[in-house]
Amino acid sequence: MIDRNVLAWAAVGAAAFLVLPWYAIEDGVFTVTWLARYPGDPAVAPAVVQALVHHRLWLLPAGLLSLAPIVGLGARHGRGRATVLFAAGGLGLAWVAVQGFAIGGQPGIGIGGLVVVTSLLMLFSIGLAEMGFGNGDRFVSAAIVVVLALVLVFVFFPVARVLAAAVRDDGGGLALGQFWSTFSSREIWGLDCLTSRVGCGVAWNTVFLGLLVGASTTALGLAFALVATRTAFPAQKVLRMLTVLPIITPPFVIGLAVILIFGRAGAVTTFAEWAFGIPASRWIYGLPGVWLAQVLAFTPVAFLVLIGVVEGVSPSLEEAAQTLRAGQWRTFTTVSLPLIRPGLANAFLLGFIESLADFGNPLVLSGNYSVLSISIFFAIVGAQHDQARAAVLSIVMLVFTLGAFYAQRRWLGRRSYATVTGKGDAGLHPPLPRIVRGLAYATAIPWAVFTAVIYLMILFGGFVEAWGRNHHFSLRHYTAAFGVDVTDSGIRWTGAAWNSFWTTIEISAIAAPLTAAVGLLTAYLLVRQRFRGQTAFEVGTMLSFAIPGTIIGISYILAFNTPPVELTGTGIILVICFVFRNMPVGVRAGIAAMSQIDRSLDEASLTLGARSLTTIRRVILPLLRPALVAALVFSFVRAMTAISAIVFLVSANYDMATSYIVGRVENGDYGLAIAYCSVLIVFMIAVVAAIERLVGRRRLGRRAPATVSLEGIPA
Amino acid sequence: MSLARRSASVEFHQVTKAYGQVIAVRQVSFVVEAGSLVTLLGPSGCGKTTTLRLIAGLEMVTSGRILIGGDDVTRLPATDRDVSMVFQSYALFPHMTVLENVCYGLRASGQPRDRAAAAARESLALLGLSGLDERLPSELSGGQQQRVAVARALVLEPRVLLFDEPLSNLDAKLRRRVRGEIRDLQQRLGLTVVYVTHDQEEALAVSDRIIVMDHAVIAQQGTPSELYREPVNRFVADFIGDANLVKGTLERTDARLGIVTLGGLRLSLPHREMPEGVVDVAIRPEAVRLDALDGGNAPLVGTIQKAVYLGSHMEYIVDSPVGELFVIDPSVAAPLPAGAKVAIDLDRHGVTVV
Ligand SMILES: Nc1ncnc2c1ncn2[C@@H]1O[C@H](COP(=O)(O)OP(=O)(O)O)[C@@H](O)[C@H]1O
Ligand SMILES: [Mg+2]
Repeated sequence: MIDRNVLAWAAVGAAAFLVLPWYAIEDGVFTVTWLARYPGDPAVAPAVVQALVHHRLWLLPAGLLSLAPIVGLGARHGRGRATVLFAAGGLGLAWVAVQGFAIGGQPGIGIGGLVVVTSLLMLFSIGLAEMGFGNGDRFVSAAIVVVLALVLVFVFFPVARVLAAAVRDDGGGLALGQFWSTFSSREIWGLDCLTSRVGCGVAWNTVFLGLLVGASTTALGLAFALVATRTAFPAQKVLRMLTVLPIITPPFVIGLAVILIFGRAGAVTTFAEWAFGIPASRWIYGLPGVWLAQVLAFTPVAFLVLIGVVEGVSPSLEEAAQTLRAGQWRTFTTVSLPLIRPGLANAFLLGFIESLADFGNPLVLSGNYSVLSISIFFAIVGAQHDQARAAVLSIVMLVFTLGAFYAQRRWLGRRSYATVTGKGDAGLHPPLPRIVRGLAYATAIPWAVFTAVIYLMILFGGFVEAWGRNHHFSLRHYTAAFGVDVTDSGIRWTGAAWNSFWTTIEISAIAAPLTAAVGLLTAYLLVRQRFRGQTAFEVGTMLSFAIPGTIIGISYILAFNTPPVELTGTGIILVICFVFRNMPVGVRAGIAAMSQIDRSLDEASLTLGARSLTTIRRVILPLLRPALVAALVFSFVRAMTAISAIVFLVSANYDMATSYIVGRVENGDYGLAIAYCSVLIVFMIAVVAAIERLVGRRRLGRRAPATVSLEGIPA
Repeated sequence: MSLARRSASVEFHQVTKAYGQVIAVRQVSFVVEAGSLVTLLGPSGCGKTTTLRLIAGLEMVTSGRILIGGDDVTRLPATDRDVSMVFQSYALFPHMTVLENVCYGLRASGQPRDRAAAAARESLALLGLSGLDERLPSELSGGQQQRVAVARALVLEPRVLLFDEPLSNLDAKLRRRVRGEIRDLQQRLGLTVVYVTHDQEEALAVSDRIIVMDHAVIAQQGTPSELYREPVNRFVADFIGDANLVKGTLERTDARLGIVTLGGLRLSLPHREMPEGVVDVAIRPEAVRLDALDGGNAPLVGTIQKAVYLGSHMEYIVDSPVGELFVIDPSVAAPLPAGAKVAIDLDRHGVTVV
């Protein structure tokens, strides 16, 4: 019995080895011009020619190993054949990796190498499956192996490069002394601000800012959550819209708006000068500005966390307290508040983490108040160009973030008193005590108004001639950015922003389905399969979520600037960066949705003779449509608004909207920047609404009753 | 449609399944004859579902061998086992119509659409579901959903059909009817069926053989009447038919029989190789005869604690020198009142040394 999978993959590997160019081609494989030089030229030759004609004999084993399984093709399904496949695939992969790193002077790996590696991966996973891994299911085994390989190459390997860069000197030698002196320097850990007017170390600055922002966003978030769920506030819908804002707002936009209000030429500043004679100053640049911008930007996140928690407090507990003769105040302080407490801690940690990872707002506002993300950026792109220093700073930042995440998981995992029971929990939340209600209104309403002002500022700020100086209506910025010339020969996109706008859409549109696919596949493996090493697999796939974008950015530069994987300057590196940065979001959406679908549905499909791939396609995916849409929308929007990792990875050919805007801001061209931002925001609202309408609702309506009845049936 | 020629036996040889430290099934061996209905019976958590899933291939054994139709399928995944299962939750695909659900397995195995639809309609007709083709599962009653699940499993003409507590989501009336239908279908088509339940009455009603499980091992297997009349231990006696368990003393009289003394009563019973002296005795509730005692005397005397009228029969709790007895009495004409003194007599056929 000949195994068709094995035969097919071995054939694919062999064909790639014999025909496809092994190395990456300068102008890209799709340019076709290279065909003229094919197959003799060493730049475009397939592996077999490289090995036999150009003396790169070390490439031979990869091809031979991918062919090895064919020898045993006639063998019966069994231990022996499994071992052959496993060993050939594993050795082949190891060989490709080792020769790539060890033998210098080779270009980066290209299409031929990629296909051979894929074929080796497949043979390896078929071998694993036959050894019983993944319950013997080839698809499952291959999916695990592929996801793992991708995460290793695009998350672990780059991060390892950062760690390595921190302890290397320029020559590449080990330099622990230098590492230590950079690491322990006063610029990072100095405490001079306590005793003199000199600034503190960047590590303390970052932590201090994070703590402030965490505390402020938590307080505001709680106020909003209480107003939204426990009062008869008339405009609750509007309040809830707040939760969408951070998703569609590029991260530095708030900072920009803060400048428009409190900057030297800002609205409030000019008014204060005119009315009270207070001279304009740059006080907003530094801690106050960054704090203000981050609190504005991240309060919705705290709100989102806390609204769930506040709603989750079972009314019957509060009613029980009241029947036990506790008054409103007592009920609130002894029952409601303690039950919310884990949520508060969670919101605080999230605010802290967001502040730490934020790049956009500090970039436009931090002035002399240095924080880690900005210091890392300038260590790389600035005049210093000190990779080792950037790497050391990255490590400090990574330790902080991972520490905070660890605390959040470790400490809060145990302590969340989710009181939503799943039983129909009738009952009413008692009204808030008057003082609490007053406080909540007094914080939430002004803040909501302020947020509204900020967004209005962004939407209309692009229509004035020159902000702060000349407030005449003008379309100047919009024509500069998005001008279109309609001539006889067709439409000419004359605006300066079009290039980056189209690139952004293109890259995001490519990245979104890939992100959703990888994310949901991983979720499927985590929820629906049991295999050895599953916990490690889960941690590995979620890790990129905890790594700040700045670090991903610099790690990609360090890892993919040189062979064997050379990607900098291409659009591919942007796509890959988005896929692996946003993958955890897809994983979470998938896990949440898949946990709702009774496992017996997959099992029924399996016992009915369907393979796991069929089961996914015909049973799981259709039921997962809402999660699929959510993952698609989310990864698209996040790709469009990303900045921290992107600033390191953009190139002349592939400039992204956000980095273009940041460039404008650095040149003081606020009008154009604001105009571009509002176009982005409006565009994203339109996209989100359109996708929801197109894919989301139609199929769901019909299924809704079924889902309900499914959940009612005990497993 | 006759599946008899396809029905296959199932054999377990020393099968163990462990989840980490938890052993869900321990050293289990049994044979299910082709064309018979065998029930796995036991309290919740004893390993019934795990055993069923091992047959289906949804779980892989930790050790031991599984044979279906004489072929070793121990390492074969569910997809390749030719075994269908009806799930406790029915597991109907909520986004597919009834017809699509029933066609699913045929289509997955590569049958063309119209052939699959024809076979599916036939299977639906067999279960009395004609005309519901285009409904969604959510638009069916519980009983109909259950039958669609059976139709979906049957249409593949599986070698073995598995049921995991198929009646647990139905109301009491429907349960009795559906279990009859399942038994009918099984006998008509000559199916091999393995059926899981925790309800002893259901098991007695439908099975050719019953396998009683307790804490991951088989406590006893046999025909319903063997289990009812000769439970091998306290657990089986208690689990099947709510037997009263009391202490008595045994004296052997010959190779097979012995005299069991219960208070003043002496009964001649098979001693079943129990050592002489104090033994456990299982007494079926309907093997106890109560007679009102007006001042007279009797070998064993008790007092009625509680009397419950249930229409078709009476249930009594009786205090006696050998312990509290649960009694079922079919005579409802002149019920005994609580507090009455009664003479207790036992029917030899409902009493077993265990
Ligand atoms: N996937 C699992 N992981 C760990 N333990 C399990 C798993 N499935 C079942 N068990 C354990 O195995 C035992 C038997 O379970 P099960 O076969 O479902 O019992 P039953 O169907 O008889 O109620 C139980 O103790 C249960 O907790
Ligand atoms: Mg069970």
